[in-house]
Amino acid sequence: MMLARALVDPASVLDLDIEGWTSLLCIAHAERLTATLAHRVDGLDIPESAAGVLRNARLNAEAGRVRALWEVEMMRRALAPLDVPVVLLKGSAFLAAGLEAGQGRLVGDLDILVPRDRLAEVEAAVLAAGWEWLKADAYDDHYYRTWMHELPPLIHRDRDAMIDVHHTILPLTARGKPDAVKLIADSSALPNGLRVLSPQAMIVHAAAHLFDDGDLAGGLRNLWDIDRVFRAGLDDDPAFLTNMAKEADAHQLDSMFRALRLAELIFATPLVFHHLEPEWTDSFFAARLLARDGWGRPTRPLLRFAFYARSHLIRMPVPLLMRHLFTKWRKARGRA
Amino acid sequence: MKHRFDVRVGPVTFRVGSAWRSPVAALEQLYADYPPTASIPDYTVRLEPDKPWRRLIRPSVAIRGDHILPDALPLPLAQGLLAAEMGMNLQLALGERRFLLLHAASVEKDGQGLILTGESGSGKSTLSALLGVNGWRFMGDEFVLLDPESGVMLPFSRPVSLKNASIAALEAILPDSRFGPRLLGTPKGDIRHLKPDVAAIAAMDRPATPRLILFPRFGFEAAVRDVPPGEAFVRLTQASTNYTTLGERGFDALTRLVTSVPAKALDYPDTVQALKMVASL
Repeated sequence: MMLARALVDPASVLDLDIEGWTSLLCIAHAERLTATLAHRVDGLDIPESAAGVLRNARLNAEAGRVRALWEVEMMRRALAPLDVPVVLLKGSAFLAAGLEAGQGRLVGDLDILVPRDRLAEVEAAVLAAGWEWLKADAYDDHYYRTWMHELPPLIHRDRDAMIDVHHTILPLTARGKPDAVKLIADSSALPNGLRVLSPQAMIVHAAAHLFDDGDLAGGLRNLWDIDRVFRAGLDDDPAFLTNMAKEADAHQLDSMFRALRLAELIFATPLVFHHLEPEWTDSFFAARLLARDGWGRPTRPLLRFAFYARSHLIRMPVPLLMRHLFTKWRKARGRA
Repeated sequence: MKHRFDVRVGPVTFRVGSAWRSPVAALEQLYADYPPTASIPDYTVRLEPDKPWRRLIRPSVAIRGDHILPDALPLPLAQGLLAAEMGMNLQLALGERRFLLLHAASVEKDGQGLILTGESGSGKSTLSALLGVNGWRFMGDEFVLLDPESGVMLPFSRPVSLKNASIAALEAILPDSRFGPRLLGTPKGDIRHLKPDVAAIAAMDRPATPRLILFPRFGFEAAVRDVPPGEAFVRLTQASTNYTTLGERGFDALTRLVTSVPAKALDYPDTVQALKMVASL
C-alpha cells in the first residue's frame, strides 16, 4: 500500500501526482499516521498544498504531545507519595522516553502498568486526585475486576482525559500469559522517576495488543510502532532479535513473531540474518491491516468482520464469551 | 467514490465524494462562480449510504470524512446539499489546527474586519449577508479563520446558510440566481443558501485586520454595550471549535485579539435598525 511505502521510503512521494497525494493523505488520516508521515517526508520538495496538510497534522500532534505529557505529569504527582513503580505504556511511553516511535504519534488515553499487589492503593490515589469511573455499572465493574488486565476506565473530571490502570498487558481470559512481574522488573527509569518497558517488552506488548486483543482496527500504526522500536533496539544491540525471542518465551506470547513477520512484509523491518518462516495466515493479517481505499474508506468488509469475530473468540473461552454476551444482551433489553 | 466535487474557499480546499449525483449537482450550481481548483485537498468529505441498502431504499446520507464525529445523524437524500455543507463545516471544525476557528460571521471594508459572533438565532448570518449588499465585503457566515502567527483574519466565504424567516428577507432584495434550492424541514428548519457576490468570491484570498468584535442579539430593544476583554475572551473560547486543541497558540491568538480589538454587544429589534447601528459604530 502507498502509505506503507511512503513511510518506509519517504523519497517515493516525489513521484506522486495530485491524485496520488490526495489518496496518500486520506489513508494516512484514517490510520492516524499523518503527522508521522509529515516527519518522514520533512525536508523533501513536496507540493505546497500537501505541505499545508502535513503542517496541520504536525501542529495537531505537537499540541497532543504537550497534552499527553501533562497528563503523565498529573498522574506522576498523584502517585508519587505511594512509592510504587509506575510503568508508562504505548504512546505516552514513546513520547516520555523521546523514542522515534513517538514522532508524530497521537496519544489517546494514558496507559500505565503497576504491580497487581499495589493496585488498590493506586486506585485510591487516582480517585482522590480527581479521576472518576466512566461507567458506574455493577456488572461492568465486576467483569473488569474478574477478567480484565486493567481497572474499569477512569476519566478526569476537570481535564476530560482517560487513564487506564493496568496490572498486566492482556486480559486474564486470553491464551497468552504475560509475566507482569518480569515486565516491571525489566523496565527502566526515566529522569522523572516514571518507568518504561524494555524495548523487547514494548514490542511484545504492542504485538499482544495488536494480535491477541482486538480486531486490528488502526493496527497499521501499532505495526509502525513495532518497526520503529525494533530498529532502534537493533541499533543498540545486534543480538536484539535473539533477546526478543527469549522475551516472548517468558510471556508465552508468540504473537511477537507474527508482528515481526508482518513488519518485515509491510515496513521492510530488517530481521538481519534471521528468517522467520511465514505462516499461511499472514497474508490475511496483512490484507486486513492494509484494507483502506484512497477515500479513507474501510475496504474488505468480509475480512474485517472475520477479524471482528476473531477478536471476541481470542479474548476468552467460548463458554465465558457466551455468558458475557448473554448478560450484555439482557442488560440492553432491560434498558429498551 | 462515484461522484466528486472539489472546491477551494479562501485558504481551505475540500473534496466531496458522494454515492449519489444529486448532492454534487447542487454543489456545482451553488459554487459555479468559484475558481476551479486542481490542488491536493485539505479535507475529504464523504456522503455515503448510512447502511449499504440505504443507497436506493429510502436513501439516507451519512456524513463522513477524514475526521469523524461518532454520533452525527444521517440526512435524507433530499437534503444532500445540507449534508455536504455540514460535512465541510465538520471537517474544518474537527481537523483545523493552522488557524484559530471562531464560529462567527465576518465582513470587511477598507481592509478592516468586523467579526459577528453569537449563538444560533442571534442573526449573524442574516446580518453578514445584508452587510454584504450594503457596501461591505462578505467574508463568511460560519467561521472566522484567525491566523495565530500574523493576527489577520482570512476569508471563508462559503454561501450563506439562510434559515427560516431570513430567507424571505433576502429573497425580497436579491435576484433568484443568487440562491440555491429551498431545503424544507431540515433539522435546522427551512434553509436556503445565498451565493456571495462575484466581488466577494474574487477577493477570497485577501485577508483583513480585525477591527471590531460584535455580539449581536436579535429581538431586543436597541442597545449597545462595551464588552470588556475578559468577557470577550471567555465568550470567544466558547465560540471556538479548536481553542483547546490549539493549546498555547490558541491562547496567545485569542489574547492578542481581545486586547487589540474592541468588542461590543449589540441588541437589535429588526435588521433595518441593526444595519443603522452597525453603520454608526
